Amino acid sequence: MTLFYALIAIGSLALIFGLILGFAAIRFRVEGNPIVEQIDTILPQTQCGQCGYPGCRPYAEAIANGDEINKCPPGGESTMKKLAGLMGVDEKPLAGGEQAEPIKTVAYIREDECIGCTKCIQACPVDAILGATRQMHTVLIDECTGCDLCVEPCPVDCIDMLPVAETKQNWKWQLDAIPVTQID
Amino acid sequence: MDKLLEQIKKGTVWAFPGGIHPPQQKSLSNSASITRLPLPDKLIVALKQHIGANGKLLVEKGQYVLKGQPLTEPAANWSVPVHAPSSGVVTDIAPMPSAHPSALPELSVIIEPDGKDEWVALNKNKNPAELSHDELINIIHQAGISGMGGAGFPTYVKADTKQPIEFLIVNAVECEPYITADDVLMREHAKEVIQGIEIMQQLLNPTLCIVGIEDNKPEAIAAMKQAAEHNSKIIIQTVPTIYPSGGEKQLIKLLTNREVPSIGIPADIGILVHNTGTLFAVQQAVYEGKPLIERIVTVTGNTIHKPGNVWALLGTEIKHLLDCQGFSPVPQQSVVMGGPMMGFTLPTVRIGIVKTTNCILAPDHKELAEPGPEKACIRCSACADACPASLLPQQLQWFAKSKEYDKLQEHNLFDCIECGACAYVCPSEIPLVQYYRIAKVEIKEQQADKIKADRAKERFDARKERLEREQEERQNRHKRKPAAKSADEKQKVAEALARVKNKSDNGDEKSAVAAAIARAKAKKQQGEELEPDNSEVAKERALRKEQARKYKEQKSQTDESAETAPVDDKKSAVAAAIARAKAKKAAQALDNAEQATNEEPQSAAPVDDKKAAVAAAIARAKAKKAAKALEEAEQTVSEAPQSDTPADDKKAAVAAAIARAKAKKAAKALEEAEQTVSEAPQTDAPVDDKKAAVAAAIARAKAKKAAKALEEAEQATSEEPQSDTPVDDKKAAVAAAIARAKAKKAAKALEDTEQTQPQELQVDSAAPKSAESNTDDSSVLINADKPKSADDKKKAAVAAAIARAKAKKLQKEGNNQS
Repeated sequence: MTLFYALIAIGSLALIFGLILGFAAIRFRVEGNPIVEQIDTILPQTQCGQCGYPGCRPYAEAIANGDEINKCPPGGESTMKKLAGLMGVDEKPLAGGEQAEPIKTVAYIREDECIGCTKCIQACPVDAILGATRQMHTVLIDECTGCDLCVEPCPVDCIDMLPVAETKQNWKWQLDAIPVTQID
Repeated sequence: MDKLLEQIKKGTVWAFPGGIHPPQQKSLSNSASITRLPLPDKLIVALKQHIGANGKLLVEKGQYVLKGQPLTEPAANWSVPVHAPSSGVVTDIAPMPSAHPSALPELSVIIEPDGKDEWVALNKNKNPAELSHDELINIIHQAGISGMGGAGFPTYVKADTKQPIEFLIVNAVECEPYITADDVLMREHAKEVIQGIEIMQQLLNPTLCIVGIEDNKPEAIAAMKQAAEHNSKIIIQTVPTIYPSGGEKQLIKLLTNREVPSIGIPADIGILVHNTGTLFAVQQAVYEGKPLIERIVTVTGNTIHKPGNVWALLGTEIKHLLDCQGFSPVPQQSVVMGGPMMGFTLPTVRIGIVKTTNCILAPDHKELAEPGPEKACIRCSACADACPASLLPQQLQWFAKSKEYDKLQEHNLFDCIECGACAYVCPSEIPLVQYYRIAKVEIKEQQADKIKADRAKERFDARKERLEREQEERQNRHKRKPAAKSADEKQKVAEALARVKNKSDNGDEKSAVAAAIARAKAKKQQGEELEPDNSEVAKERALRKEQARKYKEQKSQTDESAETAPVDDKKSAVAAAIARAKAKKAAQALDNAEQATNEEPQSAAPVDDKKAAVAAAIARAKAKKAAKALEEAEQTVSEAPQSDTPADDKKAAVAAAIARAKAKKAAKALEEAEQTVSEAPQTDAPVDDKKAAVAAAIARAKAKKAAKALEEAEQATSEEPQSDTPVDDKKAAVAAAIARAKAKKAAKALEDTEQTQPQELQVDSAAPKSAESNTDDSSVLINADKPKSADDKKKAAVAAAIARAKAKKLQKEGNNQS
């Protein structure tokens, strides 16, 4: 009889928990793969395609499916490290042998050379180039991600990638600078 | 609350954690009275001397400006104007090295004073108590006053605080060594400072105003106490000398025992702190109408002959200050802006002083030794003991070195006031503050990057969405055109498509099965005569075999095309047989009925031979039609390459070539067939039915091939408008599915025995649009044979059966392809 009660007790408990779990599985169902979102927030969102995928999100999905984490040159080593931490894999040098700290650049159109072909406008993944057919184009520097994608299509090579100007806001102390000794 | 007030009034002062006691060195500069510098040769007025945005430039190069004339006007939030410090000509407006450790260029107005020092018209107020709140705020704003203690926060913003202020604290502590600017200001201008406090009291209406002064400035304390005697709401509080008691948060803790929350401002706890210098500037602006164009600067250090405090016009080059006070530089002389603790070494002395410059320190090597090389942290925790913000400097140092920015934020790096107490006590001479400063910039940069990345993502997504929408719109434009045609035309197209597919049949067993089904249906069509007619079937079979053989022979003789011909032999034979069978049965059915078309009276003849002949004729007619269609298709195809994308060119060209070849073949075969069969219906003589059968078979085969070619051509052409859907397999599969559906429906319709045509039409019109939208040409070419075929029930039945078989085969092909 005791055995019977035990079975009933365990069985009913199992049933209750099963129902709770089943309910939770439906009620709190996670849409999509949350890891992709997390990876996507780590990626620099330059949408440059240097990883071989058409944008940051496709690469995030690829990483979630087991692709290498070191294919993002604009993110540099810090992004790779964050990805390694998130995915629980070993850190590795950047695939293209790029420098650890990429120099941030923005596109600059030499406006007197621009012929107004709109090719760069079509290439820009974030719509950061302004212009119209046979009108001069210009780059919205605040929106430019420095992805390089506009440089190649330009038929007159009037787009330069310039390093982001140093301001007081982003200036950093140089602690490892060798002290200058003036000899006179 | 009352207890706190009582305590404060009693003179109680609390303590903040940590703090250090560096050598004061104030006696160097606090003995002399404030002197006024001779006018410099040029004034470099930076447009941005505070926290916030630049003002809008009002002057231009070459313009003559008067002393106190605004050079900029406030534009965006938190922007305060700058004024001409002296009368003269604007010689240039250009980026000049700024008062910052980096000396990064900042847009500046360069004025060459004319020596007249002529003021603009000043708007003096004898009695500011009459002024409204907004008027006062406006005066303070337009006078360009920003915090003069160090951070340079716009004073008008602080003075216009909406939160209720309980305590107004005046920071006259001046805890940093060497600096005595506030000390001498209070000694000489205590009355004005108190007037400034009273203006602030008028604006903020605090319960109490506490002036905190370190106990190393007894003269200043005495002067202030005397000046504030008349106002019971102002308390002069003496605080012990300890660095950094002049820090805003530390002073609040000292004077009120309250702590500012970690990421908060003093206004959150009902406290506002103003610097003495700022209040003096407010007094000058309100009473005298003078904008902020000069300030007291302590020029001190062992290399200065006459250390002391000077009234310096904003924009005066530091070199001028040093020269006027007598400067004998030592080798590798460093000049520090600010005090020795929080100041920074200037890269050049050709920098104009700004609103926050309170001290220029030119020390020799003994008094401010260059820090030695950084040694390893020994975890002595002296820094933690000294930290006035109760942080863990050594932990922060480790995290800063390993760039663990999340950890840094967890350890409240942003509560660090960069006072330098930790670095001062560090036995390993680690430049701790520099590490924190770098880390702070990095974190801020990362946050900015994050915001930028989010925006980039947003823009990228928006762009993607837009492109998709545009593409969809383009596709819809293509779709809308054929859809706009009349329903009648649509039907024609659908029918034509079904027929074309039927004709291009080449699946052996399937067509056999289809034939059987068709036969069964045809029998049903005969009405009541349901008795089995096996003899007929047997005859048919024999005929079929024979036809096949004959066809093969002929094929080998002609051997025109190696690619498609052999496949078609059997099928075409079967099809021909079916056609004939249908013809027979239709004829029988039509016997019962009376209505007949052009062909029917002929086929009504009782003899099988005749029927065969009729079938042959029909086949011939079909072949002709096919040939005609082929010509049209050829035209279409030959046009296609011109407009096509390069990828489609080849396909279309090949298709065209095949089509042409087949058309030729068909035409040839047709001629033969015609020659053979033409007499049969006309003469009504018993023509050799074998011959007729053969001819029919050939005609059918040709027709089929033509149809097939046509379909290929059609596919090729239909690809050009739909160039967005790249895979043919899919299309084939879809077409197969559609055809199958049609065939099924047609078969069903046939089972209902009699009326085929209306239902077929119905079926066709119900067919998906994608099938209809193939090409305009196909619809045209089908117009010709539509009316006839619509009348022809038996034909329809055959078509249905074959279509089904065809559909199956197509799908099979599709599967193989995919």
